[in-house]
Amino acid sequence: MFDSGSSVVWIILAGALATYATRVGGHLVLSRFHHIPRRVMAALDAVPAAVLASLVAPAIVSQGWAEALTLAIAAVAALRFNMAGVLLVGAASIITLRALLG
Amino acid sequence: MSFDRNAQIRQGMRDSLTVVIGAAPFGLLFGALAVDNGMSVSEAVLMSATMYAGASQMVGLDLFGTHAAPWLIVFSIFAVNFRHILYSATIGPKIAGFSVAQKTIAFFFLVDPQFAEAERRSEQGKSISFAWYMGMALPFYFSWICETALGALFGNLISDPHALGMDFLLPIYFLALVMGFRRRRNWFPVVIASGLASIAAYYIIGSPWHVSVGALFGIAFAAILAGQGQLPPQEATEQGVENV
Repeated sequence: MFDSGSSVVWIILAGALATYATRVGGHLVLSRFHHIPRRVMAALDAVPAAVLASLVAPAIVSQGWAEALTLAIAAVAALRFNMAGVLLVGAASIITLRALLG
Repeated sequence: MSFDRNAQIRQGMRDSLTVVIGAAPFGLLFGALAVDNGMSVSEAVLMSATMYAGASQMVGLDLFGTHAAPWLIVFSIFAVNFRHILYSATIGPKIAGFSVAQKTIAFFFLVDPQFAEAERRSEQGKSISFAWYMGMALPFYFSWICETALGALFGNLISDPHALGMDFLLPIYFLALVMGFRRRRNWFPVVIASGLASIAAYYIIGSPWHVSVGALFGIAFAAILAGQGQLPPQEATEQGVENV
């Protein structure tokens, strides 16, 4: 699946460094600012939701009815249940719908 | 003194119990999905041990599967972990008593539940000692690694991941994370802008560029909607904790 095993290891280690940078960076950098422009703050605040929405969006339209319906069901389930509950509902939905719709 | 330290470690371990149990299914799931996405057991364990960040580990898996450029995978991991910058800025003054070496170690373990528990302890007017912090952090860290290994070994045994919907658990997981952010300001317009831009880029430019293009549109839209002015850092970091 991968070109070489070692490239995966390097990506993992680079990802680990990037992760550590976010965990230490706020203390080292952000806390030095006395005032943060509202636009910058709103942009920072939006980063995780924007990235995750971008990751999931094509799955709504690019795969099939079983997948699209499952995401709709999971979105509704997320209004009520915690993460584990949403995954259970979503898994039940995708297994059933794939069996029914092919 | 050492009696007090032992008590602090024990208190931290007790405080970690709920999150250790709560996170167990996700550690197992990560391990299983990692091998399903073509990783080896040892690579999955390495990822959990060095990155130690559930949501962005899942993002990494997803992008490994699409053969995205390495820098794009690392950048996406960085972006999903961006919220830690706010945790780090908030927790910094509360662990001011730690030595530099202790801080260097402590920030590595600053995952969502660690931040949440530290904030809760601080709200209760209790001080955050290094002994309590590590008593909380280490059980969570080592159980995450063990669950990854178990999940990966188990994932190797699954013969038909498609019939079990395994290949579609990541999108469901990401969607649930997106929904978890829904109380944030301008969440809906940001998600719609990102989603539409991502779908357009997916068809026009192709995967994996939809991730960066979609994210940029959403982030830019959030900045435009925010209006001008400045926020003091205290207010800026009062963002609450997500269940990621």
